[in-house]
Amino acid sequence: MTDLIASAPARATGSGAASGAKLPAAGLAAAGLLVFLVAWEVVPRLGLFNPLMLPGPSAIPAAFWSELKSGAWGSAVGSSLGHYTIGLALGALLGVVFGVATGMSRLAEEATAWIVRVLRPIPGLAWVPFAIIWFGVNRTAAVFIIAIGVFWIVFFAAHGAVRSVERDLIEVADAFGFRRWHERLLKILLPAALPGILVGLRTALGQAWMAVVAAEIFGVPGLGQRMMQASSLLATELVVVYMLTMAALYGLLDSAFVALQNWLLRWKA
Amino acid sequence: MESVIDIRGLSLAFERDGHRTLVLDSLDLSIARGAFIGIVGASGVGKSTLLRVLIGLAKASAGEVTLSMHSGKRQPLALVFQDARLLPWRRVVDNVSFGLEGGGLSRAERRAKALDALGIVGLVDLADRWPHQLSGGQRQRVALARALAVEPEVLLMDEPFSALDAITREGLQDELVRIWRLTGKTILFVTHDIEEAIYLADRVVVLAGAPGRLAADHRIDTPRPRTRSTEASADVVASVRRHLGAEKLIDGAAI
Ligand SMILES: Nc1ncnc2c1ncn2[C@@H]1O[C@H](COP(=O)(O)OP(=O)(O)OP(=O)(O)O)[C@@H](O)[C@H]1O
Ligand SMILES: [Mg+2]
Repeated sequence: MTDLIASAPARATGSGAASGAKLPAAGLAAAGLLVFLVAWEVVPRLGLFNPLMLPGPSAIPAAFWSELKSGAWGSAVGSSLGHYTIGLALGALLGVVFGVATGMSRLAEEATAWIVRVLRPIPGLAWVPFAIIWFGVNRTAAVFIIAIGVFWIVFFAAHGAVRSVERDLIEVADAFGFRRWHERLLKILLPAALPGILVGLRTALGQAWMAVVAAEIFGVPGLGQRMMQASSLLATELVVVYMLTMAALYGLLDSAFVALQNWLLRWKA
Repeated sequence: MESVIDIRGLSLAFERDGHRTLVLDSLDLSIARGAFIGIVGASGVGKSTLLRVLIGLAKASAGEVTLSMHSGKRQPLALVFQDARLLPWRRVVDNVSFGLEGGGLSRAERRAKALDALGIVGLVDLADRWPHQLSGGQRQRVALARALAVEPEVLLMDEPFSALDAITREGLQDELVRIWRLTGKTILFVTHDIEEAIYLADRVVVLAGAPGRLAADHRIDTPRPRTRSTEASADVVASVRRHLGAEKLIDGAAI
């Protein structure tokens, strides 16, 4: 009895301290950001740095506003998101199809083993020359570069996830008479492999974003290209606008993906 | 009487690192349609393996199993695994309706049948939970409902009640007997519990030895409804114990 009475207030103060600790953490983060912004503003103003080389944060909103009004920002974002989405979807689809196929079938795995070994170590950007030769400097080339990077990540994630599905679960399908490959695939393998595939997709989401910027720096229209134009005109505040745009878009996409992932995997403990 | 399962000279060996371990040795067993068979035997004797052969998850090394089924069902047998093996990404009710998919029923019909089966095991209230939100015993009951839902001709049960408390277990035993008498299913019920086998079954077979052989085969004629007292079948209990080689152990524990 005494134990119970003694432990109740102890728990109450414990949880109080925990919720009290949350607030300072958020406050600390805000303060840190503020210090960072102030330092960023002050350094060029003190003449420690040529303001042309590094614009202060106060110059950013105006630059953003005029870029937005001219419509350049919107069309750059639209164009980037366009080939990002197509490249991501294409690479992810092919990655899942081939990853699952090689995960399900020894034959498919062995038949492709050497092709995979040769092609996989080639960095995505090493395909830029061929992308330009085959497609020119245009959206198709960007989609191609993005899709290749995404493909390998998703391929290996899907392959590994399917290979590691527990035999026990496959036996459940067998025991209930679902023994054809597509029954196994749809009823057991895909749902069981989904967590692993989603982890791969999330990595691919970030990888694809880098590929977008890389492809655009070579001249495909979009955020990266607009940023390079601004830099050649020494419009450094615009460069910063586009850098922040990239960060914000990626943050948004990643949060949306994580929300989707949590919903799809709501069955997990 | 016509047999629904006929096992002739069934042997099964596992190959491991070049070693061959014989698990089941020349088993002969004929199972009458509508029978309730209890299968008892020590741990590792091959009880689960036998059920796995019958449902086609394991292949016999020698001998043959003949099934004569009446229904044209895609899968006329159902197995309640020793571990529940629910599919974690399906809610309880969708786990139970798993075996009904591809059978031409609408989604609503499947759900209705699944809820009926959940009613039998007393878990309708948990229909919309995820498997990870269940206790071990609840999971086992969902697995039983999943097997009942397909209305199999032959129900194979691998220690289905071993994880349950006495009250729930007794309730489910009686429910199982009721379903059996109502539907005329053939039931093969594996258990460690001799009293449970004798309370439920018409016939108790004992597997013993390594490799597992058929060591004894008892008819249980006690009229139904039965009482849980084993007085009437004390001689059977003693005989089964003897075949299990458990007599000494139990006498030892009693002292
Ligand atoms: N895949 C396998 N490979 C090799 N040996 C196996 C395999 N599966 C089972 N065995 C062996 O076969 C024997 C029989 O196993 P089984 O699972 O049928 O026993 P059981 O009678 O069901 O035991 P329990 O009462 O403990 O469940 C055991 O000795 C086990 O070690
Ligand atoms: Mg077993």
